[in-house]
Amino acid sequence: MSSFDFDGAPIDYSDGQSVGAALWAHGIRSWRTTRVRGRPRGLYCGIGVCFDCLIVIDGRPDERACIVPARPGLDVRTQRGAGRADHHL
Amino acid sequence: MPIITCDVAVVGAGPGGTAAAVTATRGGAGVVLVDGEARPGGQYWRHGSADVAETGVVAEHRAQWRAVSRRLDQALASGRLTYLARTRVWRLDPPGESAPADLHAVRSGRDGDIPVRIRAAAVVLATGAHDRVLPFPGWDLPGVLTAGAAQALLKEHGVVAGSRVVVGGTGPFLLPVAAALADAGAHVLEVAEAGTGRGWARGWRAAAGAPGKIADGVRYAALLARHRVPVHCRHAVVAASGDGRLDAVTVARVDGDWRAMPGTERRVECDAVAVSWGFAARLELALQAGCDTGPGPDGAPAVRVDAVGRTSAPSVLAAGEIAGVGGADLAVLEGAVAGTAAAAVAAGREPVAPHPGIQARRERLAGFAAAMHAAHPIRPGWTGWLTPDTVVCRCEEVSVAAVREAVEQLGADDPRTVKLLTRAGMGWCQGRMCGEAVAGLVADATGTDVDPFGGALAAASRPVAAPVPLGAVAAEEPDMPIDRQSDPRSGGPS
Repeated sequence: MSSFDFDGAPIDYSDGQSVGAALWAHGIRSWRTTRVRGRPRGLYCGIGVCFDCLIVIDGRPDERACIVPARPGLDVRTQRGAGRADHHL
Repeated sequence: MPIITCDVAVVGAGPGGTAAAVTATRGGAGVVLVDGEARPGGQYWRHGSADVAETGVVAEHRAQWRAVSRRLDQALASGRLTYLARTRVWRLDPPGESAPADLHAVRSGRDGDIPVRIRAAAVVLATGAHDRVLPFPGWDLPGVLTAGAAQALLKEHGVVAGSRVVVGGTGPFLLPVAAALADAGAHVLEVAEAGTGRGWARGWRAAAGAPGKIADGVRYAALLARHRVPVHCRHAVVAASGDGRLDAVTVARVDGDWRAMPGTERRVECDAVAVSWGFAARLELALQAGCDTGPGPDGAPAVRVDAVGRTSAPSVLAAGEIAGVGGADLAVLEGAVAGTAAAAVAAGREPVAPHPGIQARRERLAGFAAAMHAAHPIRPGWTGWLTPDTVVCRCEEVSVAAVREAVEQLGADDPRTVKLLTRAGMGWCQGRMCGEAVAGLVADATGTDVDPFGGALAAASRPVAAPVPLGAVAAEEPDMPIDRQSDPRSGGPS
């Protein structure tokens, strides 16, 4: 089994799983807080349409956890708000 | 930027698109199959992780997919088929008198997104559908999923959505989702079907010649009975609650208009709920190409096609859910016919009409789908489940109160004006998650009826079909003014 890092902790996954599915399998249900109300969000549509599962991967915010394939050594982090230090509402 | 030239471009690698790509290749065409996902198969044949336990419903879909996959591999081995995964088409300029169709796409990879252009003599659109969703209090809590998401987690990733799961909404799709979850070991507490549950009986009458579909219904019902999963018709998941994640839903009995009946609310503790209200076709590219639409079997717009799948736009064909939501069997049939026709169109030949037996089977399957849609309509009473602070637009976090204020205080009388006043529908999902809800709330507040045809048509009419990074769009056109200005070699301002 391979693993990637989520907020510094190792997450095992099996080949073929998305980042979001691997997090879900570990009991993690949210990895984003919304821009306005700071509410937790995770998977919703699960097929790349709703953009609720946005996450920071290797420094890139706004990646869809439901469709990005898990790969060994990815640096995956919770996305807070817009996910960019220079973006504020 | 890569520019790929081919005879036939097929957009979407689900049941319709894979069938079209295979038959177009067999017809001698050079074909490019484009799909947004990492693996072909679409929503119906999702697969991937080796962890997926192949039992029941999942095993059946896997077996079907392996057969399709072999045909796809043969087509790839011919050298005439190119398959582009993780590539989303955001713009389709239809073919002109002498110009090929021009597909603008973005391909995702390890290093981010790169633009791709595809030029094709003929195009088959098989862009499919996604779950139709409606809001309810707490629907934005983590743990609340669409039925499609629960199915994707299981079929593609081998992950069971929860240990205690409720399935709700309306439509025939709820049964296989519940059965697959139960097969995989989830405790499925109940299926809350807001409709009357008489859909399969109506389907039986409408489609005596499509016995396979009825057998599906009987088999799902038997599976649910074996797992002791109760199916409650005229019941709906009307609220979800929890502190930061789902820990319970409220299920209520509803009347024929879906108004929750007072005193019937039950709290059901669960860690996941999967809710869907049928399917919404992904029409954006077809509308960009100028394809005529008409009301489909669910009243929502469907692309009008002839017997071989041709749309009103020259050299643009359509198959599957965008030609009327009808399920995978129908999509495969339509895709196979459209692929053969597209190869002929690309070669400048008149397509040959399909065998009468194929046409008859198609009509039976379409009849079954129409009966299913008729038995599972969306009723207006769902707006009564909402509270003022229920989020309607998940992306822009717009509440029910804000939408109602836009109508009642600010004079908005259509969804577009509500969008401009509240930002509902302006976020990443481009209104795909909240469009139906905003239309329903506007109808509710103005005392009018929802227009499922016009509303969905307006929502899907957009110049950019999928969210793409601006940089990838700008990188596509080396002669765009913005590029010249930023390029010091051009001598412009830098």
